[in-house]
Amino acid sequence: MKRRDFLKSVSGLAAGALAPTAPAIWSPAKADARSETLLIVSEGGPNNLDIHGVGTNVPGYEVSWNCYDRLISHEMKSGPGGVPYYDRDKFKPELAEDFNIGDMSVTFKLRKNAKFHDGTPVTAKDVKWSLDRAVSVGGFPTFQMSAGSLTKPEQFVVVDDHTVRVDFLKKDKLTIPDLAVIVPCVVNSELVKKNASEKDPWGLEFTKQQTAGSGAYKVTKWTAGTEVVMERNDDWVSGPMPKIKRVIWRMVPQAGNRRALLERGDADISYELPFKDFQEMKTNGKLNVVSLPFSNGIQYIGMNVTKPPFDNPKVRQAMAYAMPYQKIMDAVLFGLANPMFGAPKDKPTEVAWPQPTKYNTDMEKAKALLAEAGYANGFETTISFDLNFAGVNEPLCVLVQESLAQLGIKTTINKVPGANWRTELTKKEMPLFTNVFSGWLDYPEYFFYWCYHGNNSIFNTMSYKSPEMDKLIDGARIAAANGDTAAYDADVKGFVDLAYTDIPRIPLYQPFVNVAMQKNISGYQYWFHRRLDYRAMAKG
Amino acid sequence: MLTLIGKRLLFAIPSLIGVVIVTFLLTRALPGDPAAYFAGPAATKEAVDQIRKKLGFDKPLIEQFVRYTNDLAHGDLGTSLTTGQPVAAELRNRLPASAELTLLGLVVSIVIAIPLGVLAATRPGSWIDHLCRVTTTAGVSLPVFFTGLVLVYVFYFRLGWSPAPLGRLDVFYSTPPTVTGFYLIDTLIARDFEAFRSAFSQLILPAVTLAIFSLAPIARMTRASMLAVLASDFVRTARASGLSPGKVIVTYAFRNAMLPVITTLSMVFSFLLGANVLVEKVFAWPGIGSYAVEALIASDFAPVQGFVLTMAVMYVLLNLLIDILYGVIDPRVRLEG
Repeated sequence: MKRRDFLKSVSGLAAGALAPTAPAIWSPAKADARSETLLIVSEGGPNNLDIHGVGTNVPGYEVSWNCYDRLISHEMKSGPGGVPYYDRDKFKPELAEDFNIGDMSVTFKLRKNAKFHDGTPVTAKDVKWSLDRAVSVGGFPTFQMSAGSLTKPEQFVVVDDHTVRVDFLKKDKLTIPDLAVIVPCVVNSELVKKNASEKDPWGLEFTKQQTAGSGAYKVTKWTAGTEVVMERNDDWVSGPMPKIKRVIWRMVPQAGNRRALLERGDADISYELPFKDFQEMKTNGKLNVVSLPFSNGIQYIGMNVTKPPFDNPKVRQAMAYAMPYQKIMDAVLFGLANPMFGAPKDKPTEVAWPQPTKYNTDMEKAKALLAEAGYANGFETTISFDLNFAGVNEPLCVLVQESLAQLGIKTTINKVPGANWRTELTKKEMPLFTNVFSGWLDYPEYFFYWCYHGNNSIFNTMSYKSPEMDKLIDGARIAAANGDTAAYDADVKGFVDLAYTDIPRIPLYQPFVNVAMQKNISGYQYWFHRRLDYRAMAKG
Repeated sequence: MLTLIGKRLLFAIPSLIGVVIVTFLLTRALPGDPAAYFAGPAATKEAVDQIRKKLGFDKPLIEQFVRYTNDLAHGDLGTSLTTGQPVAAELRNRLPASAELTLLGLVVSIVIAIPLGVLAATRPGSWIDHLCRVTTTAGVSLPVFFTGLVLVYVFYFRLGWSPAPLGRLDVFYSTPPTVTGFYLIDTLIARDFEAFRSAFSQLILPAVTLAIFSLAPIARMTRASMLAVLASDFVRTARASGLSPGKVIVTYAFRNAMLPVITTLSMVFSFLLGANVLVEKVFAWPGIGSYAVEALIASDFAPVQGFVLTMAVMYVLLNLLIDILYGVIDPRVRLEG
């Protein structure tokens, strides 16, 4: 072969390989399908379709939320920026058509025409079996149920085919809200029992792979790590018929590509993008970007109070004055968060959570406090963060490191791989760290019970123990159950004040959940679980 | 030939046993605690312990190992915790995706690199030689995710020529019935030409990304090996006998220069198969590389072990194949083997 021929063939082939293909031409049927289909792109997908399963991840919650019904759900109210936001205090019937809250029990009347995806009617024994399952399987679902004092199968009583009663073990304000979270979903008991085995009496292996509920959507195809396809359940009766017929949820690991897909109009919705992207998309206005604060959530700097130097409250206060708050807001979050610092000096403490501290960046004050504590020349410490959220945590820790260096505090940054983060938290040995906590149930005493109480739960990452604090938290819980508003308000204000003077953890900001979507997508609602509710959404 | 294959397979057994033991120990030595990870964000200590018990991680290491090898002997690679699926089934589904992409990338690369290498060798010091050097250096020094992102940016985002980087098929096409697992072949078998086109256009950008990266070793090896062969006596003889340059280069020189190129190809192929994680991430490609990395991040033991084992088996088979190919290309190797 001659050189010229070679060259020809080479360039021909190269051009062939690189040749552009025309954009896909939609046949009319496909264009139709597209207008009724919601295409979601996100980084990760579910690992289990059942929230009762072992180690179901957060994307799995979204599937459960849309494919299963609960007895009750929340009403919507107008949230920040006019976006519908779930109303913590108002409940609406879902699978129940009516409910009646008594002194020590609540009775639910089920919808008579509700059916599971396979056509079997939903009855009271399905509800009992599902709630029994939630309190018995162990792990996260059982834990979440216990947060509302729902712990024993005996609490769930079948009155007749369409009536269920839930008995209270004790008066607890969180029992009703806890029945409206994702966990107490109603499962098709006959179908699952048929597919259960001796080793797996609750049929978790079966519901892991398919949805067995009565919800508005059902999973028709699931390729783990790649895509989830959900179709509308046209026989759904527990609410107004959803407009979206089909939901295709694709996993696109690359954040840049998710943005490109949105901007080109190929994908309808995405979350989990870097803050910078959200901020840019917000300014250029081609897409609808919704940013809403996490309910009951705070990103904070925690300090281990059992070991020097952070066992000294003066050192902790010095740290609170040394945080580069505004820099974090600007350079890390691009303004997409609610500041949790710098409240005016004379502002009274509110009965609300989260609320800003009165700390501001004030290096002089920090220096003075450190000197008082006997650390005028600083000390050495390590700040740890979870690499799974490195996008925020890493720059945040670098800024903190820089700021602390001005006080002579030498900080080493310790990056903990995601798989290891929880183990490290449980050990409670990290001296200094940053983390987020947010509770599904939006009540101050709930947050404080997990994060500040002396029973030292895993979220009391600082190992903070104070009898005074415990008294206030327990007091608020009892006052809430008994409806004693005055005592409740006093206790809440009391524990917030104590948390801010003792300052075992320094609140930095309330994070935002950011969702970017096409302009023609409407009906986004903010839920406590921060995932999408397809039932209210519409396209076009 | 059969004895050769049998012998080679027999030799592979100790290394496979080694791989099983080492991966088992290595995954256990990872710092993460899968039970704590999968107990979720709101777990108590008891919840973590319950999960650990369910997963069998509370048992002594030896017992876990015996159970693992026993399962392995029954063809059970365990279940992934991150995706919730049996590892064997997932590898079976994902391996063709990686293989299809890698093979196509390799074909594109060969089609460009071998002629380029041959041309560069026949005209050392000429512009084509420089072109060869520049392209290969550029290709190998650009990280794959960068090339991938630039290609997506230009051909999808800016020009709109390429389809959305959403994996193997456009969202609105359904997967062809699985015969080979290679969509290009399966769609043709199913006579679904629209889906074939979609699968093919989805493949172009990632395959080109891989090709750019793998140009360098192939082109350089071809060039070096051709140079050596072209300088040898039999080529001089062939030229002296008045054979046409084409015949000399293709029939005599090229065939003799193939052996090192084939070796490089096998190395590049096995390397690309496991290491195209980044390309898979950029193009949302459901391959085995991204699967293994995700599992590793989550301390999910079973998929990591399954992946390493699969790769080990692939290496053994690939080496065998290359050895056989040697024999086909050069009968002298056959005699010695």
